[in-house]
Amino acid sequence: MHETLTKDHIADLKRLLNDKVIDQDISDDYSHDEMIIYGTRKPDVVVIPSSKEDVSILLSYANKHHLPVIARGAGTGLCGGCVPMSGGILLDMSRMRKILEIDPKTMTATFEPGVILMEAIEKVADAGFLYAPDPGEKSATIGGNVMTNAGGMRAIKYGVTRDHIKGLEVVLADGSIMTLGGKISKNSSGYDLKDLIIGSEGTLAIVTKIIAKIVPRPKLMTSLLIPFNTLKEALEAVPAIMNLEDTATTIEFMEKEVIEDAKIYLGKDFPNGDYNAYLIVSYSGNNKEEIRRMIETCSELVLKKGAIDVFISDTQERQSSIWDARGAFLEAIKNSSSEMDECDVVVDIDKVADFLDFAKNVAERIDIRMRSFGHAGDGNLHIYILKDALSNELWKKKAKDFMDELYDEAEILKGQVSGEHGIGHAKREYLMSAISTSEYELMRKIKLAFDPNNILNPGKVIDIKDRDHR
Amino acid sequence: MNIVVCVKQVPATQKVDIDPKTGVLLRNGIESKLNPFDLVALEAAKWIADKTDAKIHALSMGPNSAIEVLRESFALGAKEGWLLSDRKFAGADVLATSYALACGIRQIGDVDLIICGKQTTDGDTAQVGPEIAEVLGIPHISWALELIEADAKGLIIKQDLGSMDALVRMEYPCLISVEKAMFQPDLPSYRLYKESKDYPLHILSADDLTDVDMTRIGLDGSPTQVEKIFIPSHDVKATRLEGDPEKISQDLFSILKKNKLIKEVQ
Repeated sequence: MHETLTKDHIADLKRLLNDKVIDQDISDDYSHDEMIIYGTRKPDVVVIPSSKEDVSILLSYANKHHLPVIARGAGTGLCGGCVPMSGGILLDMSRMRKILEIDPKTMTATFEPGVILMEAIEKVADAGFLYAPDPGEKSATIGGNVMTNAGGMRAIKYGVTRDHIKGLEVVLADGSIMTLGGKISKNSSGYDLKDLIIGSEGTLAIVTKIIAKIVPRPKLMTSLLIPFNTLKEALEAVPAIMNLEDTATTIEFMEKEVIEDAKIYLGKDFPNGDYNAYLIVSYSGNNKEEIRRMIETCSELVLKKGAIDVFISDTQERQSSIWDARGAFLEAIKNSSSEMDECDVVVDIDKVADFLDFAKNVAERIDIRMRSFGHAGDGNLHIYILKDALSNELWKKKAKDFMDELYDEAEILKGQVSGEHGIGHAKREYLMSAISTSEYELMRKIKLAFDPNNILNPGKVIDIKDRDHR
Repeated sequence: MNIVVCVKQVPATQKVDIDPKTGVLLRNGIESKLNPFDLVALEAAKWIADKTDAKIHALSMGPNSAIEVLRESFALGAKEGWLLSDRKFAGADVLATSYALACGIRQIGDVDLIICGKQTTDGDTAQVGPEIAEVLGIPHISWALELIEADAKGLIIKQDLGSMDALVRMEYPCLISVEKAMFQPDLPSYRLYKESKDYPLHILSADDLTDVDMTRIGLDGSPTQVEKIFIPSHDVKATRLEGDPEKISQDLFSILKKNKLIKEVQ
């Protein structure tokens, strides 16, 4: 059982951590992430650490007094993961934002968790390398990316965040500091605790240092904007593109409606924007000839698969004209209505078309406006429904009906609840019903092995109290 | 009806070295692209061609490598390409360039409308378009912001005059130079790249042009003396103000006052 935070606790924390503790005029920003629909709550106190020692002091105290600690990066999450739903101490990691090292010899970059992704990408690029994970939300923190195992648009070629993390320094629930992995490239030495912590959404440990893999940066990247008459045709072409000898860096899908939203949101037109559905396929390489060959092979294939044409984006201006829009889709959809709900399921790449068809039919039947875009190349869909003029009550009911049907279908197709956004508390029930009792039991035991007093982000990912699950 | 769009091959990057002695851009070995303003000009040509059934020609002056931008123009809707390529054209300033391009346009013949991007990203002068019109003795509109109407006889254009916009009707033959904001340029089409392999592409030397005054082309025809070429500096210096809101606002006030950006009212 957790204790409720008292004035005495706050006085103790102030004594231990001085001005890093905020208990007055706590900003509303701390009460939510990007998805207000999943509930809001202010923390009782905010602690802003500047070192692993600060984190250690805090956790050691919180563990002794059974006080919940919820870590937060930039608050750009989409499933309520950093929202202190049962109050407690919010640990704002955003001030631990140093890029500690970019080491060409071991091809690693070492970050504090509060480093903003955009800055990490830029600094690594300045050193001539690529930090390959490419989540759409560039104002997220690297720590947040690690905690949700963020995916992104280059996952088909380079993998997701987990594939790029070589080492972590973490503070455990009792305040002890531990280093897992390092700059090494291989590791078969026992259970991989580092990989367990990646994607654990702050429920197993607090990350204070991240050692990431960096790779040589390709000199050139060209994207193909490929229009189709229908989204189904576009998605059906994807497995064949994946089978080509050259691995595409990204394969994204989008529909006209989302592009229209982005045009309004950005106040900027979109090139060749008159078609119903598109794929964006990107190739990277080191010389023009190599890229030209990749473009030709892919173009010939997709034209045979029903593409109307292939438009080539090969300069900085052109890349920005399509990728700025793609990067703004989430905000643009959000901007088009008063509230939205989202589903980030992942299915086999040959099931994406069927799943989207299913979702569209459900949306039509329930009579709710739906938008979608996503990573066609890795089967990770982003499906949004929008409140528009619905009453709160009707909206909540329709949203629940819609999501229930989608997650059921994902389960039937042997997909997973979340491809890259995580579970938080918003998707917890869907995860609970998707996994078997024995899998749940294992997860519960892992959680308790790391955090016996359940102080780390309690109630997120799994609910340890729910022993009678299924 | 014939529309000529002037296109130029420019460096794809701003990081171009400059010969310290001659002040000439060192273009060898760097990636190049079609001048972004000219992409808007091609888009404008397509808009007008849709309404008038006009044929779009792309015209460029430069080394043989500039064929690439003509091929790209085909993938963006042009049907015939013209390249003025001769050492005699080399070293041209805006005046000699305009003269040579005007001669090229005369050579194409029966041209109703010429469209130029407002400027190039490697020269930034915005003079070539209007000067072509002067050489040809036809009317022109620069800073064209929006195409309102086009028919077989002429155009109605919204022109950006800085503090106001003007709606102008202009009959062919004429020239417009277009602002970037006029269109979001489309991307080149793979289908058109393939289809256009056999489109006519003419490479003309100075001697191929009729009625050319050889003293008005190339270095000889260029009165401009280049003192120095440099890339404008874009350094941004940031100062971070820290403290409570009162202190921050006082500090900000002091900085603005010191830099004479605001005046203290007594």
